[in-house]
Amino acid sequence: MLNRQGRPTTPHAAANSAVTGTITGNRGLQMEEALIFEIGEEGRTGVDLPDAPKVKDRLGGLKRQGKIGLPGLSEPQVVRHFVRLSQKNYSIDAGLYPLGSCTMKHNPRLNEKMARLPGLGDIHPLQPASTVQGALELIDQLAGWLKTLTGMPAVAMSPAAGAHGELCGLMAIRAALKARGDVRKRILAPESAHGTNPATAALCGYTVDPIPATAEGRVDLDALQAKLGPDVAAIMLTNPNTCGLFERDIKKVAEMVHAAGAFFYCDGANFNAIVGKVRPGDLGIDAMHINLHKTFSTPHGGGGPGSGPVVLSDALKDFVPVPYVVHGSDGYRLVESGDTKSFGRMKAFNGQMGMFIRALAYMMSHGADGLKRVAEDSVLSANYVMASLKDVMSPSFEGPCMHEALFDDRFLKDTGVTTLDFAKAMIDEGYHPMTVYFPLVVHGAMLIEPTESESKDSVDAFVSTLRGLAEKAKQGDQVEWFQGAPRLTPRRRLDETRAARSPVLRWKPGSNGAPIDKAAAE
Amino acid sequence: MRYLGLTEADRGEMLNTIGAGGIDALFKDVPTGALNPQLDLPPHQGELEVERAFAAMAKKNVSPMEVPFFLGAGAYRHHIPAAVDHLIQRSEFLTSYTPYQPEISQGTLQYLFEFQTQVSMITGMEVANASMYDGATSAAEAVLMAQRITKRSKAVLSGGLHPHYRDTVATLMDQTDQPHVAAPVDLAGNEDLATFIDEQTACVVVQNPNVFGHLRDLSGLARACQAKGALLIVAVTEITSLGLVTPPGAMGADIVVAEGQSIGVPLSFGGPYVGLFATREKYVRQMPGRLCGETVDQDGRRGFVLTLSAREQHIRREKATSNICTNSGLCALAFTIHMSLLGEAGLTRLAEINHGKAVQLAEKLSQMKGVAIVPQAFYNEFAITLPKPAAEVVEKLVEKKILGGVPASRLFPGDKSLANVLLIAVTETNTEGDMDKLAAALKEVL
Amino acid sequence: MTTRYTKDHEWIRLEGDVATIGISDYAQSQLGDVVFVDLPAPGKKVNAGAEVAVVESVKAASEVYAPAGGEVVEGNQAIVDDPALVNRAAQTDGWFVKLKLSNKAELDALMDQAAYDAYLKTL
Repeated sequence: MLNRQGRPTTPHAAANSAVTGTITGNRGLQMEEALIFEIGEEGRTGVDLPDAPKVKDRLGGLKRQGKIGLPGLSEPQVVRHFVRLSQKNYSIDAGLYPLGSCTMKHNPRLNEKMARLPGLGDIHPLQPASTVQGALELIDQLAGWLKTLTGMPAVAMSPAAGAHGELCGLMAIRAALKARGDVRKRILAPESAHGTNPATAALCGYTVDPIPATAEGRVDLDALQAKLGPDVAAIMLTNPNTCGLFERDIKKVAEMVHAAGAFFYCDGANFNAIVGKVRPGDLGIDAMHINLHKTFSTPHGGGGPGSGPVVLSDALKDFVPVPYVVHGSDGYRLVESGDTKSFGRMKAFNGQMGMFIRALAYMMSHGADGLKRVAEDSVLSANYVMASLKDVMSPSFEGPCMHEALFDDRFLKDTGVTTLDFAKAMIDEGYHPMTVYFPLVVHGAMLIEPTESESKDSVDAFVSTLRGLAEKAKQGDQVEWFQGAPRLTPRRRLDETRAARSPVLRWKPGSNGAPIDKAAAE
Repeated sequence: MRYLGLTEADRGEMLNTIGAGGIDALFKDVPTGALNPQLDLPPHQGELEVERAFAAMAKKNVSPMEVPFFLGAGAYRHHIPAAVDHLIQRSEFLTSYTPYQPEISQGTLQYLFEFQTQVSMITGMEVANASMYDGATSAAEAVLMAQRITKRSKAVLSGGLHPHYRDTVATLMDQTDQPHVAAPVDLAGNEDLATFIDEQTACVVVQNPNVFGHLRDLSGLARACQAKGALLIVAVTEITSLGLVTPPGAMGADIVVAEGQSIGVPLSFGGPYVGLFATREKYVRQMPGRLCGETVDQDGRRGFVLTLSAREQHIRREKATSNICTNSGLCALAFTIHMSLLGEAGLTRLAEINHGKAVQLAEKLSQMKGVAIVPQAFYNEFAITLPKPAAEVVEKLVEKKILGGVPASRLFPGDKSLANVLLIAVTETNTEGDMDKLAAALKEVL
Repeated sequence: MTTRYTKDHEWIRLEGDVATIGISDYAQSQLGDVVFVDLPAPGKKVNAGAEVAVVESVKAASEVYAPAGGEVVEGNQAIVDDPALVNRAAQTDGWFVKLKLSNKAELDALMDQAAYDAYLKTL
């Protein structure tokens, strides 16, 4: 019954408190900050609005009764609150953020400036086409770049994020199968796939059949052949894969999948490693989403918004979701419905325009030459990390790797230190940990993606920190030190078990006061 | 190249350390012939050149700042306080990711907790999640959630539901051949959805105010749903309405989905926006998306973590409640900051201004020959009927430098009964001068 | 009254016609702190190998499969109220459901304690 490995989710009991005895609980620049609901008071506001027009309301008797309960704060209170909150976050701007598979690269500020231009940031999605020709041109240009970079004939622009793009790809595949009267029920996906792949397949009514990997961390072709059959709709394969490796047999995979009458969905989460160097269209894929917030630097924003355009092959392109941009003699226009083979609509309006602008600004800044360099430098840095750490940590697979280097916890064997402890110790050293416990195919995974943004000095400093921590772990007498980490952060390890057993998902009136002592009181 | 950190010398040294003869040695797994394709794309450019290119494209659009502007239909122009955009551009918010390491993500986690609380409060519901992509995808996810809870399949979609929402729901349901019934288009605002509910009905999806502006009391519908064991899903596309209008929670909604764009998020040609998703506490484990919860740290101090993650794709995989991963974090932050600035008094006043101005414009337009205001009760948007096709009228208004509304035919193409219907939204950004100009221009055009 | 095990780490113990099932101590230790369990309603019929319950820890989630087929007689409300009981007493008070078996012979295919202990050593 076990399909997932758990790990400690309550803090270790042994570790000593790191709270220093200040009166406020503050520690220099690290400020404690209450919830807005605990700060706010009735009768205060952070906006000045004129009186409402004196009219007889036309609410049909549905005027709200009673108060909402929102707190009142002045502008300085709001600014201070959110500035203090911001200071509790790690960010790319502050340091190396080697979160494998997430591609935490620099977010150019030019992109932000462009997204806020009057005429781009403030236009309405349903303005008449004649008043948004520039916006449609921009979408068309971005689509052109994406098609050229991937070597694919079409692109669906509306998906809102990577997982939404996967959904788009599978919907197009389902529509194509349906159009040829072919009902298929299974999707094949490697065991190492992102959780979104099986979740997306399930949304489309498919069962998911895992394909094992070889000892080299690639798709096992024999196992794939054995699983292929007339009921297989598609394979979902990440390339470069989630172990940071290029699927060297990818063309063979495509041939096998197509021979079985199925489609090849490529998860493009790791496109950053090959942008400008390799066109997925040359490898035989049918659909691939591109996370604009990964490869094309749109900000991750604490978890979105993303944007996940999907490039499509000739076999799938007729089924693109609405809306899409077409160019005719009278300029650009949006096709929003009508007599097409489109499988339908994925969200309201026209896609993540704000992200399109940023991604296109990034592409134009780099050009074809710069994008190729992005892939090269990201791969170079990851291999450099792997080469520099292979004697003290344990790489899971033989290199070269692509843009991320995968290690497992063999180097921590018998030390008493876990992957989680190791990651938490990195935090005190000023680093965001790498992705841990993913992919699931190796034990105690640590997936490091330095990205092309880092200088060599920066990568060297990171490497020497990890070397130091690995050596410290191997001393054997440092278990408690690791288990107590982090100590220097706004909060130390949090009790996730408690959060899940008795969920508190919102502030409630009356829960005011004594928040810090609440646990102690129990 | 300004965004890249390595020098040529660095690259050489790093290749040496790796023991690779050249960069392409690292790409040796790429099939022969597929490496280094010729790309027909321009070379890199400096900031100035890129700015020029974007400015040129921006100039080809008509900005709502330049003209009287009355478009709504699910996306609304509101004033965003300066502090909002400043704060969301702080590096620590803009350039961080999903709070996977809570010790160094308390900023993000705390605002998500505040966001969840604000959304719960304004919708009148018990719990809310940490956001979805937009209102339409929230609606689609709500239908799937209702199916899980009721173990029934059919969804009934109101004839007043925004067609983009209706189509987003239908497209998702079609993947698994789930039945959905769209009630006839409800321009009059008097549909009786109770008649569509049967023993197979998982949920009824209804928008309030609906796409034509009608505000309706949904309490009766909620009771009808309850009596048949179906869930009531209420969609709100203009979230500022809840500053003035009875929230769906108070009318008996089981799930509230909403577009949060009106608070803090710019129009941006349709995205990114922020989907709100709120429900009853008893359904929390069936919710899609991320949830932030309160807990304590090792030293007993209050802190926040992502919680109930076993619902989500990264743990539950094919049995997850949704495939959503990245959501709308930064837009949720903008929402939280703007809502914090507004507070109770500000949100209420903002809503009163929106409604008051809409009433003023409705009165102005209702005096015009051939024009009729469709809804009796509305918030800040209402459909009007014209003596000629609304799409033509809108084009003529463009010539007069007015963006005069959304023709219903844009949302309901092919529905001839709606050809002469125009949707007009009024917000605090519209001046009396704007309204006079619209009325005057309409008079000339009609 | 012997306890038998599945390769998926469920245990089953028969008393008369009714068998009690739960997850093994090994399973609870691998899952970590259990935070939620979802149990079937009495009367539900399941075949051997079918999903009968769900158990969640913070970072893991798992289906509990019926080691043998039958009809659910009772779910253990105590673990619904206090999921930590599964961690504290996986093979005693932390049981999941009681099943009225349709075919007791199905138990013969399962591992006994010695075989399960040997199986755990291979993991």
